[in-house]
Amino acid sequence: MDPAHFLTSPRVTIVAGKGGVGKTTISLALGLAATRLGLTALLIEIEEGSAVGTLFGVRHLAHEPIVLRAADRSIGQGELTARELMADNSLVEYLHDHGLKRISSRLASSGALDMVATATPGIKDVLILGKVKQLERSAKADVIIVDAPAAGHAITFLSSAVGLVNAVQVGPIETQAREVMELLGDPDRCQVLLVTLPEETPVNEVIETAFQLEDRVGVRLAPIVVNGCYPDSEGLDEDPKVAAAQAGVTLRKGEAEALGRAAAFVGERSRLQAAQLERLDHDLPLPQLRLPFCFTSELGLDDLDTLADALIEQIRLLPEDVV
Amino acid sequence: MTFTSIEDLVERSSVVVCCGSGGVGKTTTAAVLALGAAARGRKAVVVTIDPAKRLADALGLAGLTNTPARINGDWPGELWAMMLDTEATFDALVSRHAGSPEQSEKILSNRFYRNIAGAMSGTQEYMASEKLYELAVEHDFDLIVVDTPPTRNALDFLEAPNRLARFLDHRLYRMVTAPTRGLVKAVNVAAQGFFRSVGKVVGGDVIADAIAFFAAFDGMEEGFKHRAQAVEKLLRAPETAFILIASPHADTVGEASYFAKRLKEMGIEVSGLIVNRVHPDPGGPTLPAAAAARAETLRGSAIGAQFEALARLRQVALGEMEHVAEITSQIGSAPVRMVPYLPFEVHDLETLQAFADALITPE
Repeated sequence: MDPAHFLTSPRVTIVAGKGGVGKTTISLALGLAATRLGLTALLIEIEEGSAVGTLFGVRHLAHEPIVLRAADRSIGQGELTARELMADNSLVEYLHDHGLKRISSRLASSGALDMVATATPGIKDVLILGKVKQLERSAKADVIIVDAPAAGHAITFLSSAVGLVNAVQVGPIETQAREVMELLGDPDRCQVLLVTLPEETPVNEVIETAFQLEDRVGVRLAPIVVNGCYPDSEGLDEDPKVAAAQAGVTLRKGEAEALGRAAAFVGERSRLQAAQLERLDHDLPLPQLRLPFCFTSELGLDDLDTLADALIEQIRLLPEDVV
Repeated sequence: MTFTSIEDLVERSSVVVCCGSGGVGKTTTAAVLALGAAARGRKAVVVTIDPAKRLADALGLAGLTNTPARINGDWPGELWAMMLDTEATFDALVSRHAGSPEQSEKILSNRFYRNIAGAMSGTQEYMASEKLYELAVEHDFDLIVVDTPPTRNALDFLEAPNRLARFLDHRLYRMVTAPTRGLVKAVNVAAQGFFRSVGKVVGGDVIADAIAFFAAFDGMEEGFKHRAQAVEKLLRAPETAFILIASPHADTVGEASYFAKRLKEMGIEVSGLIVNRVHPDPGGPTLPAAAAARAETLRGSAIGAQFEALARLRQVALGEMEHVAEITSQIGSAPVRMVPYLPFEVHDLETLQAFADALITPE
């Protein structure tokens, strides 16, 4: 499949997954993948204090977009911007745009949003998604990536509009909720991309989340991103001394033992991973985009670019007629 | 109270609060600490929050239980476990403080209250600390281990007891209830104008529910405040230990450091650090760069693949050690325990025991 097509239609990709699976990393890698294809990408963070800009020298995101990677047309590189959408700002902005300026300033000044949000659960999520919808409609970015809250919360987040439409039957918020439902339910405008790891618990949770999202939100599911896959390598089971002799290599003192321990660990992880990948494939009828494990304890920009390239490569391998 | 080791901590503390970001094995670690105490002859209970299904099965928590259930096993003490039911805990709290069954019923059936009990941010943290208090005063456990919700701001747990108290002190609340106390009527008129405006945005029913809730709640706020103070006192007691749980990556270590710093600001010491999923360093005389170079020249052979595995694994392991050193330097003399990446996941008592053996030295 053409990666540019994958990223632009639908325009909105919501990235979700349980804590610790690399959801934010994948969101960023998707954004970078888009820029490498010459597209303009916008990354939306909805949890306060996201550190997503750190690697680009941006300490804090803001409501207004900040450029993480500038466009460079000479090498066909698009621009990546990021912004943080918070419910308070989105509400004030929304009311302002809809001729309700007076209420908006009162709500803001009295700090009443907390109470309104308690009275109407889901209102904050709908306001944020409503803003995403507005950005989608404005079509300023070719690709919009939303870094959603962690798994269980992702379902609440994405089903907020359904709940709100039932609770609030009139007024501008109800309209907003309806429009959010339209966006989420339209496979030509929006898809949810789930991220997991090739391990038992994350695989269980992604399967459960996928089915719940389908049932409760009716959203289009993109292929599953399996993050942190160990590379396939042969020859790890052999005795290092024998393998060294075969290749005519002399080992230093203690080296054979170290090689043996490393090979045993990596080999064991690969076997466990293969079993989980197979189970995921069997239980969840969605294609997989497998991304390599980055052998580092601290991701750098080069790792992100590697992941972006791997994503593009994996998307290219998808069949044309996928979902 | 300071502890010399994780073993010392499970032997002597009476409350252990496990803090850390999501995905670091917090719930499993909490269960293992309680198991460690039971193995040392103590009566221990673990309060879990939203455990993964297989861990819940391992602990016999398949059904939602808001009261501790005993887990039978081969240890000298007692191991109990429970899964926090936020709504049921909140309902019980309301019933306890209500002046009459009628008042309690009025609140419990109010839609606005149901939203607070089920969905308000911070409610889960608040109920976790409330449950902890209840277990501490109404039962005879030697040790209570509490898991905390995986919120980005883990300190919500500490601040939670005061949150509702603050919420009830909200200016809007006073606007609604002021007239019933015979204060200036003009305030009420202003409030009504305000609520009409808000009602235009979100619908009038919603506001009516909120007003009914606050009216029904009248007179109960003192009880709630006292309770919140008692919970806070327990959390700050010397026998209460806060331990940080992290994985050895730059980002989660960063969050753990931040948490350690905030606790310090609040006058609470970190009693221990547990780092899960640490990649083992295969050791030996070859540094990662040298191993990578040999992997490159020997590409295609079995020994080449092994040098590549060595290069990669050492690279990760040595980097992780640096991150752990960084956070260790911020928690003073508190004990640190590293748990290696285990080739299995906890899904029954046997694997839970195996995790425990990797974390706590058996007596």
